[in-house]
Amino acid sequence: MTGRPWSLRRRLTLTLIGGAAVLAILFYLVVRTYAQQIAQQSQDRILEASVTSLLDAAVVRDGQIELDVPYAAFSMLDTAADDRVFYAIQQGNEFLSGYDGLALDDADPGAGPIFATRAFQGTQVRVARLTRNLPASPRPVLLTVSVAQTRDSLAGTLWTISVNAAVFGAAFFLLAAGMALWTSASTLRPLGQIAASVARRGPGDLRPVIRPVPLELSPLVASFNSLMTRLSHSLTQSETFIAEAAHRVRTPLATVRSHAEATLMRVDKDENRQALRSMIRAIDESSRAAGQLLDHAMVTFRSDQLETQDVDLVTICSEIVDRLTPVAEMMDLELGLQSDGPVPVRADPILIQNAVRNLVDNALKYSAAEGAIQITVTARPSPTITVTDQGIGFPQTEMASLSQRFQRGDNAKGTVGSGLGLTIAKDVAEAHGGRLELRNMEAGGACAILHL
Amino acid sequence: MRNLAFVIFGLWAGLVHAAELEDRRLFEGAAGQVTLRVLSSTDTDIFAPILDGFLERNPTIDIDYAVAGSADIVTLISDCPDCFDVVISSAMDLQLKLANDGLARRLPGLNGAPGSQWRQSLFGFTLEPATVVLNREAFAGRDVPETRQELIEALRADPEHFRGKLGTYDVRLSGLGYLFATQDARTSETYWRLMEVFGNLDAQLYCCSGDMIDDLARGDLFVAYNVLGSYASSRPETRDKVAIITPRDFATTMMRTVLVLDSTTREAAATALVGHLISGAWTAQDRPGYPLPSIGAADPSLLNVVSLEPGLLVYLDRLKRQLFLGAWSSALVR
Repeated sequence: MTGRPWSLRRRLTLTLIGGAAVLAILFYLVVRTYAQQIAQQSQDRILEASVTSLLDAAVVRDGQIELDVPYAAFSMLDTAADDRVFYAIQQGNEFLSGYDGLALDDADPGAGPIFATRAFQGTQVRVARLTRNLPASPRPVLLTVSVAQTRDSLAGTLWTISVNAAVFGAAFFLLAAGMALWTSASTLRPLGQIAASVARRGPGDLRPVIRPVPLELSPLVASFNSLMTRLSHSLTQSETFIAEAAHRVRTPLATVRSHAEATLMRVDKDENRQALRSMIRAIDESSRAAGQLLDHAMVTFRSDQLETQDVDLVTICSEIVDRLTPVAEMMDLELGLQSDGPVPVRADPILIQNAVRNLVDNALKYSAAEGAIQITVTARPSPTITVTDQGIGFPQTEMASLSQRFQRGDNAKGTVGSGLGLTIAKDVAEAHGGRLELRNMEAGGACAILHL
Repeated sequence: MRNLAFVIFGLWAGLVHAAELEDRRLFEGAAGQVTLRVLSSTDTDIFAPILDGFLERNPTIDIDYAVAGSADIVTLISDCPDCFDVVISSAMDLQLKLANDGLARRLPGLNGAPGSQWRQSLFGFTLEPATVVLNREAFAGRDVPETRQELIEALRADPEHFRGKLGTYDVRLSGLGYLFATQDARTSETYWRLMEVFGNLDAQLYCCSGDMIDDLARGDLFVAYNVLGSYASSRPETRDKVAIITPRDFATTMMRTVLVLDSTTREAAATALVGHLISGAWTAQDRPGYPLPSIGAADPSLLNVVSLEPGLLVYLDRLKRQLFLGAWSSALVR
């Protein structure tokens, strides 16, 4: 997809508001049209009544039309706006009385009243006209009466209704617009909540979303959950595969190494011994890498399903010191542990052990002979395990990337290592909600601090 | 088209007699710049105090005040709509027709008393009931009638005493007389019975209130019907000789109305005059018995006020007028 991302919420809001606007305008137009019709009808009814009362008052006497105009015929046309009134009375085509301009030429008896809007005396008037046959001898007399009225009152009524309709329409629109904003916000809230809950997760959290979701979102969430399951499954598989592979490699390597050592003892030629030593070194490196891959897989697995218990960091560290002291002595290194009494924490002891061992391993590897490695366990302000050495230290420029997988310092070439040691320590720290801090000592040497 | 309606309307008025001005006087403001031409049915002497009051407040205006009968006013306006700016008349129906025919300018800034204006162009500014005016001497020792019925009975009781001594408007000549007569007829059948009695007793017909009141004061008339009583009471020489009765059964009451002609070029001055009239500001305290009571001074609930509405056009219809005048003539003209 290209272009600017579009907003579901904005689209929903605009659609609803647009709909409300269309409805409001429609409402205004319908009310206006109806009002116009009704107002026109009521004016027509009154005009018709006036015309009828005039015709009813007409009689033929001695061949002459007598029309005793009833007072009500015109007084009923009194309006709030004092509309002007015009009328014309004609016999056939002959004008009898009223306003001559209003008379017409073609009288049509029998038809109902005719209504028309036309211009008269420079203004718009509504005319009602009715023609009737009056009985007379020798033949009936055709009498036509037209009554007209200006439309000021009608216009006033229409204006009032239009203003009211406009006010109601605007109020309706504002209300609907407010409801549209609220509706779109509340409709899309679950989407935001799911996004937020997924965003809050740690990098290794691949659990399915189990919170209840709206019907419309369940396909998306189901797909998401299925993806998560497959991803998790795939990750587990690859970790398992790595562990299995490392395990399978390590055992034959041990056999190969023992054979190589036995051969080394039997071989006298200097160049052959050199080759065998290189071989043993390579086997060691592979073996160690396999071991660390196993460690890493284990750490990843245990981190995912972290099971903590009450442990003492000092006890764990002293066990490691005990186990690694022979190795250190072999390398002419001093391994010391310092603490002010037990440091109890809730943690996975296996993981802590693994992390500390890897840190000490690193220290052993990168220390020159006759150096000292110091493990310090402190309880305050937070439980930490600090491992310091007097070796070459971390390369200053790569401090940040060192704890990534298979990343090794520039100055580590020539030393056996896989690049997984610091990664394991870091994963363990993060699994316990802590972090790994790396820095160099002022006096030289590296310092790795495991904050728990 | 508008003129055509006037031609037809003006025909009957023109047939009776040629329309002409009865009086014309120029009222000058202190610093007159604009001359406002007023055509009125009210006598100059009666209207002068109002105009003087107006000119005091508006010294830059001169008023050319012309007087004509209310029916003649229509003819004069239709003959020359540009000759006048303001029309004042007691014939509400004719005034309403002028406004209805689009000859009056709408003055949206003005607000008269409720029910005293039509279309923001025709403004009523007085309330004047039609009264029965009696010669006191002629009724000495008799009960003074207070309703039309009592008047009929008084006349029938002694017909020879009243024969030739009754007067009313000739509705064929007087616009105001026609308005009063038609509204009376609309209100009650008693009017026709009274007119029958008047006809039988050889009633005199008058064009104007003034002549009737003169004859009353002189004793030539004993009863004048549908006269503006205020005219009689305003004259000190007649006041003691006549009794003014506002009939208790109903008192047809007209509003003197004013409109500004749409053709005017002096709208500001004309509007000022209309505003002055409808404000009632001219009803000065120190002029008791002034014949033109302002609309706010009277209590309209006691009176049968003719309302400004299109119904007034009814009796102006040619056919209707024919019928009415026919009935009226057969009752009164022998």
